[in-house]
Order: sequence, then C-alpha cells, then structure tokens
Amino acid sequence: MAAFPAPLALRSFEYWLFQYKRTWRGSAVSTVLFPVLFLASMGLGLGTLVDSSASGGVDGQRYLVFLAPGLLAATAMQTGVAESTYPVMGAIKWIKTYHAMLATPLGVLDVLVGHLLYIAARVLLGATVFLAVMAAFGAVDSPLGLLTLPAAVLTGMAFSAPVVAFAAVNENDSGFAMLMRFVITPLFLFGGVFYPVQQLPLVLEQLAYLTPLWHGVALSRGLALGTISAAAVLGHALYLCAWIAGGTWVAGRNYHRRLAV
Amino acid sequence: MTETADQTRAGTVEETADRQLVHARGLTKRFGEFTAVDAIDVDVRRGEAFGFLGPNGAGKSSTMRMIACVSPVTAGTLRVLGRDPATDGSWIRGRLGVVPQEDSLDLELTVRENLLVYGRYFGLPKPLIRERADELLDFVQLGEKRDAKVESLSGGMKRRLTIARSLINEPEVLLLDEPTTGLDPQARHVLWDRLFRLKQQGVTLILTTHYMDEAEQLCDRLVVMDKSKIVAEGSPAQLIGQWSTREVVEARFRPDEHEAMAAKVEDLARRVEVLPDRLLLYTDDGDAAAAAILERGLHPAGVLVRRSTLEDVFLRLTGRTLVD
Repeated sequence: MAAFPAPLALRSFEYWLFQYKRTWRGSAVSTVLFPVLFLASMGLGLGTLVDSSASGGVDGQRYLVFLAPGLLAATAMQTGVAESTYPVMGAIKWIKTYHAMLATPLGVLDVLVGHLLYIAARVLLGATVFLAVMAAFGAVDSPLGLLTLPAAVLTGMAFSAPVVAFAAVNENDSGFAMLMRFVITPLFLFGGVFYPVQQLPLVLEQLAYLTPLWHGVALSRGLALGTISAAAVLGHALYLCAWIAGGTWVAGRNYHRRLAV
Repeated sequence: MTETADQTRAGTVEETADRQLVHARGLTKRFGEFTAVDAIDVDVRRGEAFGFLGPNGAGKSSTMRMIACVSPVTAGTLRVLGRDPATDGSWIRGRLGVVPQEDSLDLELTVRENLLVYGRYFGLPKPLIRERADELLDFVQLGEKRDAKVESLSGGMKRRLTIARSLINEPEVLLLDEPTTGLDPQARHVLWDRLFRLKQQGVTLILTTHYMDEAEQLCDRLVVMDKSKIVAEGSPAQLIGQWSTREVVEARFRPDEHEAMAAKVEDLARRVEVLPDRLLLYTDDGDAAAAAILERGLHPAGVLVRRSTLEDVFLRLTGRTLVD
C-alpha cells in the first residue's frame, strides 16, 4: 500500500467519477442557474444602481465585473462544502461506500485522497460553467480570466478538506445545518464577495482577512481583473494550500479513527 | 536480508499459507476498556468451511473484521494467507472476498454497474470485469436483473448481489458475516445452495452465524464464541458428541409438575433440564428413556424423542439467558 499510494487513490477517484456520470443530471440545472440568477439580479440589477451612483462602480470597475469573480470563488466554496458534507456521511453511514472500498486493496488514505480528488474535479467543473456564464454576461475582460479556475479549485478545497474532516466525526447531519448557518452563509455575505471588506467595521474587516474565502475572492478577482501582483498570487495561494494541507491531515486522522476501528 | 534468504522466507510463508489460510494465536481486540475478542486461537485450513458461532456480542464480527484486515489487531498474532495484516493488509485484501453484515451496495447504480465499479477497486481490466460480472450474475441468479437499479431489489437479491460482488476478484477465501440474517426461508436456501457450490469449487468459506441450522448445513468445522472467548471447537458432530448426548427426550407435564417430575426421572438421563413448558432429558438412548418414563406411571401430556442438535450444544455452552 505504501509503495503505490497514487494508483490506489485513483481507483477511489474513478468510482466517484463513475457515479457522477450516472447522477449528474440532478445537479446540472442548479450549476447553470445559480450564476445566471446571481449575475442577472446582483450584477445587472443592483449593478446599474451602483454604477450610476457617485462612486461609479467599485474600485473603478463596473459592479458586474467586480462581483463576478468574487461570486465564482464563493460558488467554489459552496460546491466544496456541499460535496464534503452529506456525501461523506453517506459513504460512512448510509450507503457505506467507504466500507465497500476498504474491503478491497484500498486503504483509508486512498479512500480519502480519491474522494478529495473527485471533489476538486467537481469544483473545477462548477467553476468552468460559472466562467462560461460570466463570459456570456460580458464579465470577463482578458484571457487571464482562465486563471480563476485553478484559483477556484484552491478556494473550494480550502473548505472541502476541513469540512470532510468535520463530516467524518459527525454522528448525524444536524452539524451540517449549523455549519451552513453560522459559517458558510456569514462568509458568503461578509467575505468580500459583494463589496470590499474595507467597508466593514474594523473588527469584521480584520476577521475577514483570516478566512480562506477572502483570500480566494481576492485571488480570483485580482486574476480576473489583471490587477494582482505575483507576490500576492503566491501569498493567497499558499494561505489556501495551508488550509488544504491542515484539513487533509486532520481528515486523515479522523478517517482512521472512524473507519479503521 | 539477502535475496536468497528472502526467497527462503517467502517459500516457507507460502507453504504455511497453503495449509493454514488463517492462523491466530492470542488474538485480541479491545475498544478502550472493553475487550471484544479475548486472546483466541484459530486455524482455518484451505478448502474448508469454517464457522464462528455465538450469540450477539460474542466477538464474532470483531474477529471477522480483523481477519478482513480492516480492523487493526490490538494484541496477539494474526496471519492471513501467511502474511501479517498490519504490514500486508492491501495485499491480503486483494485476495479476499468480503460479504459484510450490512449491505454496502450502491443503490443509485444498477446491479451490473455495482460489479463493474467494485472490480476496478482491485485494479482489474474492464473487459475482464465485464466478462466475470455476467458469469457471476448468472451464478447468483440475477442475470435478468442486471440492468435494474439496486434500490428495487429484495433483501435476498441484495445479499446475492453482495456475494457476486465479493467474488469479482476470484478470492481464495470468502468471509461472510451473518450472510442470511433477515432473509426469508426461500432466500436462505438459495443462498446456502450457492455457498455450497462455491465450497465445492475449492473456495474457503469463513462465516459467522447465530443460526444453528446454517452452521450444521455449511460448516465443516466451527468454534463457539461466548463473551469474547472461544468456548468449544470441532465439527458439528464432534461438538454434539462432546457437549450433548446423541438424543434428547422432550417430555411435557402440567407446568406446575415439572420440578417434581425432574426429580423422578433424574436417573434416566445424563442430564435433565427444566424449561417452563417441558423437561429435556439428555441421553444416548432416547427410546429407552421415553419407555422408562411411561413404565414409572408418570403420565406426560406428550413425549418426543429427537436427535441432539447444535442448538443443544449452543444453549449448553452459552446459556439460555438473553444477550442484548
């Protein structure tokens, strides 16, 4: 097992892709509809008001152009979280997919890494659809906008890995509702997606800088607008990677405790 | 270690594995303060059907999970196919088939897709899996259901599918944890029939059960577990010979007479047991004992002479008290 960890994790990854190919229709509509609705109502509706106000947009940008890359990062967060809650609990408790895998050559870490790879693929897919909708709305100015895709994957996984670790120790799904209510929704509203966090009271602003979402939004927006420095790209990316690494480490420990008993 | 020494070691490992597929000495599993399996010794030989029999909570499933290389051993020695699960778990699991107590089928996929997906975990090429999947579905009589969603299957069909799935890697050993619990009699018999055929094909079966008829039907050899320990070991016939008598006389009197009657027939049997509704006389000659009861002018409401079964052994060893 130790000698060939990569191929075994890919077998788990292959399973998740296979079951997605069989069930993707259920989530396809919302994947497309979410960006369309948000960019139309907030970007165009609210955006007209913002752009025609004294400020003339945000940071010298049309509101739609400012909003879209931030919303892309937030969508990556939401996909990352959604794929890391119920599916993980189901694989442990309900459908027992993990247990089926662990009766084969796959080990606990193969099961975990394969699932994380799949979640990364899901985030990438959702982000690609989002970017296409952005382009249709005329919210992508340069080919550099393509770099928002890897940024979205980093953002999504910075949430996915810790949430997977959290899901693996939950006995029922009530914790997920708390997570959405008290972590994800506040981040969505206060993490710099809809307006610069400098607009917030100082305490909240400082708090926002600690969250992976703010770093994801800053990275995504900076790349989409072409206004970011290489050092900032590196800083944001490293911060997100730290969350991914820490989350994966705790998840590995939790998976061992839960599955190899 | 030199190459030659390595080969020699591998040679002996293979030879031992050839005789003993499972070799456990002092095998122990603890969960915190609780000891689920308490220093048991077990050997399973190639080609036999071996059973772990015992009440709920006796430690059967914990033992199976250690043999399946899913649950780490707390103490003692365990070798499966000659290797140590702690270091070669993946290698061993690649050669086992596992039918878990609770189904772990993918409900959203079809019957056949479940096999295709599972075969990939073993790294088997897709054309080979497809070929085996069709053969195995015929073997477990699910050929006509191949494209049905698993969600729509009955309990017995799901169990059969789980067995088909466990055979996709052509395992040397099949581990079955309470394979027929919750199934109706027809479904159980179909399952037993398939397991018997597998045994004839040379697959070693290791199963847990709390059904005596299942153990008698399928097992060449078995151990009885109670309170985390092995309390008896042998073939069904040996166990009956050792722990029970050849026959049992069941005599029914008026419920309030049973204690008094037990004293009057005590000398007719090796052991007399008083149950709420009947007396059990354990003896090697049931007809003689039954005749003697009548000769003594005791008028039982009914007398039945029957062969001793594993159930008598089981209740003798693990008691009649309910285990929760």
